[in-house]
Amino acid sequence: MDSLKQDIPNASKLDDVKPTYPDFPMIQIKPSKGWVSLRLDEVWKYRELLVFFTWRDLKIRYKQTVLGASWAIIQPFFTMIVFSLFFGRLAGIPSDGVPYPIFSYTALVPWTFFANGLMQGANVLVNNSDMIRKIYFPRLTMPIATVLAGLVDFALAFIVLLGMMVVYHFLPSANYDIKIGLNVLWLPMFLLLAFVTTLGVTFWLSAMNAQFRDVRYVVPFLVQVWLFLTPIAYPSSLVDMPWRLLFGLNPMAGVVEGFRWVLLGTDTAPGPMIIVSSVTAVILLVSGAFYFRKMERVMADVI
Amino acid sequence: MGQTAIRIEQMSKEYHIGGPQKTYDRLGYQVVDMLKAPFRRAGKLMRGQAGGAAELDETIWALKDVSFEIKHGEVIGIIGRNGAGKSTLLKILSRITEPTEGYADVYGRIGSLLEVGTGFHPELTGRENIFMNGAILGMTRKEIDRKFDEIVAFSEIGKFIDTPVKHYSSGMYVRLAFAVAAHLDPEILLVDEVLAVGDVAFQRKCLGKMGDVAKAGRTVLFVSHNMAVIQTLCNRGICLRSGGVVADGPIAEVVQEYLRDLEQFKTENVADRKDRKGWGKVKLIDLQVSDGEGHPTTLLKAGSPVRFTFDVSGMLANLSCGFTILDDLGQPLAQFKSDVPGPEDTQRNDGRVRFICDIDELMLLPGRYRLDVFIRGGGERQDLLEAATLFDVEIGQLRGRQITAPDNQRISMLMPHRWQSPQS
Repeated sequence: MDSLKQDIPNASKLDDVKPTYPDFPMIQIKPSKGWVSLRLDEVWKYRELLVFFTWRDLKIRYKQTVLGASWAIIQPFFTMIVFSLFFGRLAGIPSDGVPYPIFSYTALVPWTFFANGLMQGANVLVNNSDMIRKIYFPRLTMPIATVLAGLVDFALAFIVLLGMMVVYHFLPSANYDIKIGLNVLWLPMFLLLAFVTTLGVTFWLSAMNAQFRDVRYVVPFLVQVWLFLTPIAYPSSLVDMPWRLLFGLNPMAGVVEGFRWVLLGTDTAPGPMIIVSSVTAVILLVSGAFYFRKMERVMADVI
Repeated sequence: MGQTAIRIEQMSKEYHIGGPQKTYDRLGYQVVDMLKAPFRRAGKLMRGQAGGAAELDETIWALKDVSFEIKHGEVIGIIGRNGAGKSTLLKILSRITEPTEGYADVYGRIGSLLEVGTGFHPELTGRENIFMNGAILGMTRKEIDRKFDEIVAFSEIGKFIDTPVKHYSSGMYVRLAFAVAAHLDPEILLVDEVLAVGDVAFQRKCLGKMGDVAKAGRTVLFVSHNMAVIQTLCNRGICLRSGGVVADGPIAEVVQEYLRDLEQFKTENVADRKDRKGWGKVKLIDLQVSDGEGHPTTLLKAGSPVRFTFDVSGMLANLSCGFTILDDLGQPLAQFKSDVPGPEDTQRNDGRVRFICDIDELMLLPGRYRLDVFIRGGGERQDLLEAATLFDVEIGQLRGRQITAPDNQRISMLMPHRWQSPQS
């Protein structure tokens, strides 16, 4: 760049220094037509901002709370206790031959990641509307950062899960009874599936929320319904095979059953259901990203 | 001339406007509207009215067919009345919003000071906010690292740099925010009235910084209502009116064009004006300037009594009125606010929503002045009308002393005084 330095006659009346300039990269600002490209290169260019947003999110998330980051554990853990009491004990719902508490907690860990990602992600644009109205940056970085920050909460809850696995003898310990196998190598795949699903839904919801504040009221309801459509409190084995595929249309069902298969060795190995889940998740992500970009055009005007 | 920095071709921006306070849409409303629309349109057709999609949605062109070119190193003042399209232009250039038609080619990195401190988080410390804000404005971590000390020094924050900014005074907050933005070092800098922030000493520093930016041969687009500042900083001006360019050339000429534009307000009815800012629940609907005898006039005598009468469209809790007197170049001179009580203030009870401000001695030198009026109520700014009226001050007397036109055109203030001179 420096080799292309060029003299610019100084137009300023303030003095007569002759500065030098490299050739400037050109950006054309024009109305985008039809389905806009995702401009992922822009997001990449702003990757440092993505890191900063994630870091800020983490920093602020538990500010002025007494219990701080332990909330990341308390949420799924207490839900597990409630589920164990009501669904496990009172209703006697089967749990694929695994103790009910760990059966539900294994599902609640990725579920909490998903639900919190949705609830925080849906509001991220609205909460930062000042920035959207006044500064340019690829808006996609915002929901992505929120979901990324959720991974830390996930990690905390996951550590507790490991602890429970020791307690329930799913992990090698003094008097072992090893149930965990090579399946564990699949774990990152299921985490990725959860991530993609959360991101996809968050793209949709946050972009919609920018224009339609109804979303804010829809999200808690949506999360509640989704919770019961996902085999968290019950095993998907309660549903017979042809219908189980339909179940897979909910990618979180695939995630939850995948986690159980990997960690608890339940009989829910990746099958057609997981494939259906993965395809749905990818469709959600891609369509969400495109919808988001389409909305981004008018975001600053309508938010 | 130098290289092109910005080339704008036939750029237009259309805004959809609903009600004045419609900040976001409700999905339900839109759905109902969508369902109703066909029937409404059918109804209109049956009544023989031409109906189309355009009728269902009111739109305005904030910019219309704007074209101009800016070279690197130019310092340009963008001027115009409220609603002329200045902010929209800067918003498009900083890529916050897209144009509806036309395009702009931008050569080089654009930095904008549209609103300093946006993106600051109260819970983060000054240091953290510098990095955060720098990243939002498009700086790399390395760049911020390199300029960090300079930024802190410029902001005069000192040891509070590791304190969460929620504990900062508003002055400190603004100083830090401006410091970050000012060190962005873009090739093209967009500035929108940020100089109205902070104390006088800091304002001067900001102006100095902008001067440095210009001196370094960078391009600056500067939006302001203060013609005095614009004339000092800029060498070229572009005047906008109703979304179009009406003047483009040497700054002095363009400022004259703008002042002619303001003159039109003399004939325009206050109630009909659309170039307002604020929530708009109540508005200024009439304004009168009258002399000591109560005769309406726009020609006042220096040192004589004057009465300003403001009529507001409705009552609100904590309704207050205020106004600023500015000189002909937009330099604010004095401000008056009804919500700051004085022992001689009285309340009126005649059923009208009217504020009257009496000034016993008008301490302005002969010249042309304008009034910016603002109405507050319900804890919000309801209305702001710039150049609500213009008036001239002519030669007069202050406490028996003859007041003449100033030797220097840039002087406006007057004070009662007495001299003790040596006897000759």
